[in-house]
Amino acid sequence: MTKQSNERVDALLALGERIVEKARKAGADVAECSVRQGDHLSVKVRMGQPELVEEAGSKAVGLRVMVGQQVAVTYTSDLTVQGIQRFIEDAMELAQLSQPDPFAGPPDAALLSTREQHADLDLFDPEMSALGAAEALRRAKDGEAAAFAVDKRLTNSEGGSFTRAAGSSALVTSGGFRGGGEGTYSSIVVSPVAEEDAVDGAPGKKRSGHHWAAHRKLRELQDAGDVGREAARRTLAKLGARKVDTQEVAVIFDQDAARSMLGLMAGAVNGSSVWRKSSYLVDREGTRVASDLVTIVDDPQLVGGPGSRPFDGEGLLSRRNVVIENGMLKSYLLDTYSAKKLGKQSTASASRGSSGGVGPGTTNFVLQPGTMTAEELLRSTDRALYVTDMMGFGFNAVTGDFSRGASGFWVEKGEKVFPVSEVTISLNVDQIFQRIDAVASDLDMRTSIASPTFRVSAMTLAGK
Amino acid sequence: MTTFSSRYKAPFAPGGQAPVDAEIARRLLTLALSRGGDYADLFYEYGVSGSYSYDEGILKAAGRAVTMGLGVRVMKGDATGYAYVEELTSEAMDHAARTAAQIAEGGGAPAPIGVTSRSVAKRYEVPTLTLDVAGIEKRELLARADRTARAEDPRVVRVDASFSEEIREILIASSDGKLVHDVQPLMRFGVRVIVEHGGKRQSGSSGGGGRFGMEYFEGHTPEWHAKEAVRQAIAMLDAREAPAGELPIVLAPGDSGILLHEAVGHGLEADFNRKKTSNYTDAVGTKVASELCTVVDDATLAFSRGTINVDDEGNEPTKSTLIEDGILRGYMQDRHSAGFFHTTPTGNGRRESFRSHPLPRMTNTLLLAGKDDPEDIIRSVERGIYAKKFGGGQVEISNGDFVFSLTESYLIENGKITAPLKDVNLIGNGPDVMRKVVMLGHDVEVSDGIWTCGKDGQSVPVGVGCPTIKISAVTVGGSQIG
Repeated sequence: MTKQSNERVDALLALGERIVEKARKAGADVAECSVRQGDHLSVKVRMGQPELVEEAGSKAVGLRVMVGQQVAVTYTSDLTVQGIQRFIEDAMELAQLSQPDPFAGPPDAALLSTREQHADLDLFDPEMSALGAAEALRRAKDGEAAAFAVDKRLTNSEGGSFTRAAGSSALVTSGGFRGGGEGTYSSIVVSPVAEEDAVDGAPGKKRSGHHWAAHRKLRELQDAGDVGREAARRTLAKLGARKVDTQEVAVIFDQDAARSMLGLMAGAVNGSSVWRKSSYLVDREGTRVASDLVTIVDDPQLVGGPGSRPFDGEGLLSRRNVVIENGMLKSYLLDTYSAKKLGKQSTASASRGSSGGVGPGTTNFVLQPGTMTAEELLRSTDRALYVTDMMGFGFNAVTGDFSRGASGFWVEKGEKVFPVSEVTISLNVDQIFQRIDAVASDLDMRTSIASPTFRVSAMTLAGK
Repeated sequence: MTTFSSRYKAPFAPGGQAPVDAEIARRLLTLALSRGGDYADLFYEYGVSGSYSYDEGILKAAGRAVTMGLGVRVMKGDATGYAYVEELTSEAMDHAARTAAQIAEGGGAPAPIGVTSRSVAKRYEVPTLTLDVAGIEKRELLARADRTARAEDPRVVRVDASFSEEIREILIASSDGKLVHDVQPLMRFGVRVIVEHGGKRQSGSSGGGGRFGMEYFEGHTPEWHAKEAVRQAIAMLDAREAPAGELPIVLAPGDSGILLHEAVGHGLEADFNRKKTSNYTDAVGTKVASELCTVVDDATLAFSRGTINVDDEGNEPTKSTLIEDGILRGYMQDRHSAGFFHTTPTGNGRRESFRSHPLPRMTNTLLLAGKDDPEDIIRSVERGIYAKKFGGGQVEISNGDFVFSLTESYLIENGKITAPLKDVNLIGNGPDVMRKVVMLGHDVEVSDGIWTCGKDGQSVPVGVGCPTIKISAVTVGGSQIG
């Protein structure tokens, strides 16, 4: 049971209130303070031996002030009396330097949510903090050992890691908002390395692969052994990967690769990129931006979701936003500022960075699953590149031009026939989403941006 | 000259409010080794950063951040215990030392530790830190860039100019006797423009910086950066689809060094070789590149973005030769890996902040000059790509496969640079590409400091540099087949 109101959060709220009051006294017309506190334990095991045990706690405050319509942001982890004093003075000094921005301002007070309205989204696991270094090391070790047990061609390892983290935060604004909450997170990663046989005296290539699991609840976290075995399977499958000829071909993006494509869409519908004309989706609201198989929803209210939150970074009650419905762009994601710039209302998508700055962001940004299984999708494909990993930064947000390194498998007649690496795939992202001709049902919510496997009817593959 | 800020002073530094002297360091290190660790170090850090963003003709936001903390590391064999705190009270520091100590389970009193203060090189002495300069001067630099970009071409519809600055004051004490202090300034200026014409929209950008004060702008004016950003955006308005397939590539001098950084740099970081996960494992003394190639990692270049006076383990950084005439000479070492290889640390142990443990990292990675005339290099290509500006790259350590994205590139036809090409990726294999370096210019340039390198979730500023390079064949990831 999550407690929205507890001692830890109340202490953060009290600190936030003191800072807002001081900033107001120093001359700020608007003051918004976020307070964050967290602790974590991370361990790593390699070749069966402990490599790292890291344990730490942290606490810091961020402040956004406005003097008239002049804006400044400050951040400090120096919470001594002098540290906080300087943090407020710096904000006031920088606000004098900024120039009046006619669009700057806090959200309308009538839109602010109250603590009573904040849903309990079940984001906190009270059992997690009891897990100590010895148990964390055991899990990481089990994961790596399970991978090694699968096949003797797995000769090396980049390790097995386990992390648990807990965080609490509070937001207090001079407009009258007070809110806070707590969350936990745990994850396990296993990264084995396999080596190919020598060919004609030349050493074979090494292939590294990995698999990971993450959950807000320790009990729900996938078993370390299962993660290790899946990591082994993925790594072994890469052995013997080769280039294929340059050609136009269908491309299947598995969950991890698809998530990366969805991340590009998250940037393109971000209200800040839109008013800055830094998105290929400027002026496209209400038009077709994807095939009718594509529906993307940003939903902060998912119970236990990795990106869930009861209120946004400006204190508005969070809400489910349908971003793309059957291929039509329904709504950009907006905070108060970008909404004003575009002549619209905030979609309660404000995200407050640790540095104190505010901009639109995503919560749980998800491509809705289709009805066929990933296996059925594969079997229905005559010929394709099946992408499991992408590399590099080849994306121009302004034009949508996309070109990235890719590796995965070659598909013929519904089956993966051999592994592929060292090729690139390219096509404008606008076209990629419009050419999606199959979406599978294999959505998993390990990450706040999530997608099932999907297929794009044709892209350019550059290889030999 | 001094690199101290007159406004921000680390409390733990000499002359600060609560200086950490040899006695305090000795006490904490003893505590850190109280469970039987082999080695311990303390990393104190006080960081102040400022940011100014100019947008739509006004300074829209200004920001400042202060971070402070202590990271304690204890090693026992190959295992590291790490803990950090942000509060620098003696209770909090003791707690961190005790937490990190737990990596060792033995016990017994450590041998007496003697810590001696040591001075460091002075590679970035600046007359005045930008943090100490009145904000209005920085605002005016941004305004100049904004005005210039808008006046440069009527197709310019947006201008974003930004200035960021930081100082990182560190104090390192180690159980092998070091006590070192350094103040590391870093600044960066950038302009990004968007142009529109005939229903097309494109962006262009230019930026630079390094471990400079305001004197950076004497050599690199805001006007120059503004014009360069506009030039790039306008040139790219006419960009056509890049070809797909294997082609010869000519890389412009300077920022192209990012290819070196990915293709060979990461694979030569000693940790990957100690763990035998790099494609360069056990390859010292063998030929790993064309004999034209000599690659160095040089932490000593004055004022460069990747330069350091001391690494984050208290070791002295050097200029190390990684590849000499195509032969692999050595790796970049931190303390841990140097112990494994029975060699001395090369001063490449770096960390993002007190929140992270050190890893072998690059500083300024350079490919040294060849003998060719850059014009001759371009003339030698019948059909290929001229790569001028870059978005970044990534490498798969285990086998050296890397990608490298081009944000400004041109077709070369019959020895001449012709049509601009849309954003495109190059993909290749590090050792393979290095063997295909067939011509090398005499025109080495070092990147005007913009690059940040990521590894294991830690970001550090780096420099890159190289002359004009010709690679006989690389896979170009365009969409134009044939």
